[in-house]
Amino acid sequence: MIGASSIRKEGRAKVLGTAIYTDDKFMSGALHGLTVRSEVPRGILRAIHFGEGIPWEEFTLVTAADIPGTNLVASVVDDQPFLVGIGEEITHSQQAVLLLAHADRHLAEKARRAVRLEIEELPAVLDIQSSLDLQPLIYGTSNLLKEIRIAKGDPDPIWAQAAHVIEGEYRTGAQEQMYIEPNAMLSVVEPKDGLLQVTVWGSLQCPYYVHGALKQLFGLPEKQVRVVAMEMGGAFGGKEDYPSVNGGHAALLAWKSGKPVRLIYDREEDLACTTKRHPSRTRLRTAFDADGNLLALEADFILDGGAYATLSPVVLSRGAVHAAGVYRCPHVRIHARAVATNTPPPGAFRGFGAPQSLFAMERHMDRCARKLGLDAVELRRKNFLRMGDTMATGQVIREDLDLAGLMDRALASIGYRDKRAAFALINEDDSPIKRGVGFSVFMHGCGFTGNGESHVASVAGVEGLADGTVAVLAASTEMGQGKNTVFAQIVAEALQLHVELVDTAPVDTDHVPNSGPTVASRSTMMVGRILEDAAIGFKQALVQQGFLAEPYTPESFQAAVAKAVATLGTLRCYGQYHRPPNIQWDDVTYQGDAYPTYSWACYAAEVAVDLDTFEVKVADFVAVQEVGRVVNPTLAAGQIEGGVAQGIGWGLWEEVTMQRGRMINNQMTNYIIPTSVDLPRIQVIFLENAHAGGPGGAKGIGELPMDGPAPAVVNALENALGALRLDEVPMTPDRLLERCEEVSHG
Amino acid sequence: MLTKNAAGVKARKRLCMTVNGRAVEIEIDIRESLLDVLRDRLQFTGVKQGCSVGECGACTVLLDGTPVNSCIYLAAWAHGKTVVTIEGLAQDGKLPPVQEAFVDEGAIQCGFCTPGVVLSTTAMVDSGKCFTHDEVRRELSGHLCRCTGYQKIVDAAERALREAEIAADEHPV
Repeated sequence: MIGASSIRKEGRAKVLGTAIYTDDKFMSGALHGLTVRSEVPRGILRAIHFGEGIPWEEFTLVTAADIPGTNLVASVVDDQPFLVGIGEEITHSQQAVLLLAHADRHLAEKARRAVRLEIEELPAVLDIQSSLDLQPLIYGTSNLLKEIRIAKGDPDPIWAQAAHVIEGEYRTGAQEQMYIEPNAMLSVVEPKDGLLQVTVWGSLQCPYYVHGALKQLFGLPEKQVRVVAMEMGGAFGGKEDYPSVNGGHAALLAWKSGKPVRLIYDREEDLACTTKRHPSRTRLRTAFDADGNLLALEADFILDGGAYATLSPVVLSRGAVHAAGVYRCPHVRIHARAVATNTPPPGAFRGFGAPQSLFAMERHMDRCARKLGLDAVELRRKNFLRMGDTMATGQVIREDLDLAGLMDRALASIGYRDKRAAFALINEDDSPIKRGVGFSVFMHGCGFTGNGESHVASVAGVEGLADGTVAVLAASTEMGQGKNTVFAQIVAEALQLHVELVDTAPVDTDHVPNSGPTVASRSTMMVGRILEDAAIGFKQALVQQGFLAEPYTPESFQAAVAKAVATLGTLRCYGQYHRPPNIQWDDVTYQGDAYPTYSWACYAAEVAVDLDTFEVKVADFVAVQEVGRVVNPTLAAGQIEGGVAQGIGWGLWEEVTMQRGRMINNQMTNYIIPTSVDLPRIQVIFLENAHAGGPGGAKGIGELPMDGPAPAVVNALENALGALRLDEVPMTPDRLLERCEEVSHG
Repeated sequence: MLTKNAAGVKARKRLCMTVNGRAVEIEIDIRESLLDVLRDRLQFTGVKQGCSVGECGACTVLLDGTPVNSCIYLAAWAHGKTVVTIEGLAQDGKLPPVQEAFVDEGAIQCGFCTPGVVLSTTAMVDSGKCFTHDEVRRELSGHLCRCTGYQKIVDAAERALREAEIAADEHPV
């Protein structure tokens, strides 16, 4: 069970085309919903004009004035309206102003185009620096959505004493999640037993986030709101916070019309208006002694948070905690800020702030090695965190950590030394193709940052079914990562059953408890651990009530469950998260155990650059990671391979081009993600080191592979081309050409 | 619904085609894509809509055995042709070797690109041709997948092709 590559639970339905995604759910008489958006980045909405030639009386129309409850999306900070009303401020180019629905999809689209918004434009803030300069002030009293300081020791006296002080500035661009299924919602609002019942079926990662948002939007108690997660065509964070917005929109239209409403975004709308990875700017200053020992580190880490807070405070938090990377350093100061701009708000995306700060740190280490005249491998080896060392937040490494071993394994697997030597020679040729090899070493915190798990206090359970099989009760969603299969393996292992006897209950808030959002590399490790407890409690209940005698066979267990269900009616057992006593965190000082544990990795990349076209080909890639015990090797490798592909895309090709605060390349034709010909075979190696806190020794895995590829690829570019200003991703051909020209022009 | 446009041209057409082995006769608007007709009118929801511009390949169907992006293919063009969607591959609930390979190799994650990739792989297998590794990657490059990094998709396709080759050697036609 744990450690076996069990076949994906819903794989058969997916390969047969029978899996039901949101837009596949048939609903008789459903209307098609559409959203009218502002198009200007900032202004005051003065009027909505309805054009001629449209039978407006046939349409369901919803404006801010119609909202029955609170017109604010429930989130970390409740600052974002579902719809902007007349006389209110528009704060980004995709701000929703009006919802409309009609049975005829084509007529609805025609109607959307016939709406004209009268907006009194105001000056807008469109980049990080303008926001910091308060040009103009657009949010609160400082344009800051969140500010975090982390301090360890005192770097100030070190700068003057140190043999070397090295500074650098690094930037990363926005990135689109580009799940292949666009955002989709379906809603019905109807009276049931005299009470209004709001139901939303959708492509969403976090049913209870949407549930909370709908309660607030309609001013209804828990029981009158129901959220069902449908099969999901990818998410990567892109369906973490946004579904609270479009889920609310669908429900408003369903409520006003009294009919089922489908709100299915087309790709252009999805790309233009939904959340992206936060753009970032990181300034680093590091001090080293004459031998290359890291003495002090200062990081100024800034995220462009867009028009509303969304998840920026928590994205910033993870980015800040990861900013010092995998290095031992006695004096650290991290200043992190998320600033407001008049752009559509970014949100969650695999990695959640860590890819940004780790790109900066891992590029910086290579640049430091070059400046210190040291080998990038040896500089890292000298400074790696080890057991007993203290991280920036004061967290003590309690596990047997061997980063040098990870690094050596990755470098040996890609043939780092031989390739370096060979490329140094062949790059002297006249050929326009230059080759290089590079790597990055990094970590990813498993589960929520700080006290997140304590706040959510997740509940999950198992239920016996009439046929004697067992169902997993959790609100964790399947987005392709393999949750259905991994949860079944964990429960089967705890109960000593065949994995075929365990399945997942439909993720419906009427039926499953709040196991927390499906995010933060937390499902396997955190929810899996709760399920392990619940399963053991379930078995003990069967034994104590005389249905089951130990030892048992899978067959006798199944018979016992069937008998217990027949006798008792329902048979459920729940578990809940309890903070381990050795995990302490202070939200105010940012001191303590930022995460219960970390996954660790070294990724190595080989690139070939064509100096005629400035195209970059990733020729080889090795991903070595320590993720605790691997629950399902095939699914785990799939997570790593997919994450590496996304990371390479972010590093080289994926550019969100903004004009007046609006994404203008919002088509798959113009926003380039990797295809099967753009990627090499990715070698995935797991070094297993069981983690006591996870089910069967497992740690988190989903986000880790997003952190390492971009710095590894750009470090390889530097090896191929020499010292250039390779300080930004995506390093597109245009940008690379520009950097090469800087050198040739002096 | 308009039956004639301003120029007096009929905007509707009777479309006859074969879908998954069954004859279909349906009145369509000539502006409808094959994707819309298959999904909205015939309820073949295994055909997925990912981009509507022929870029992602999720809407791929086999048209007379050749993979096409049904989102940029007018339904009217399918008149008299044979269409196979993902729903048309398995017989009596038994998975054909291509689908079996996708399940076994872990080539499926979210599953949204899966129907299209499976159909393109099926077309490769049915062609009876041999493909090198690079050719397999090129043949599948019209399918965007955001989950897998393509590794296991390519592995599954190569396995299906290999198995078909062995089967052909054992039972030459």
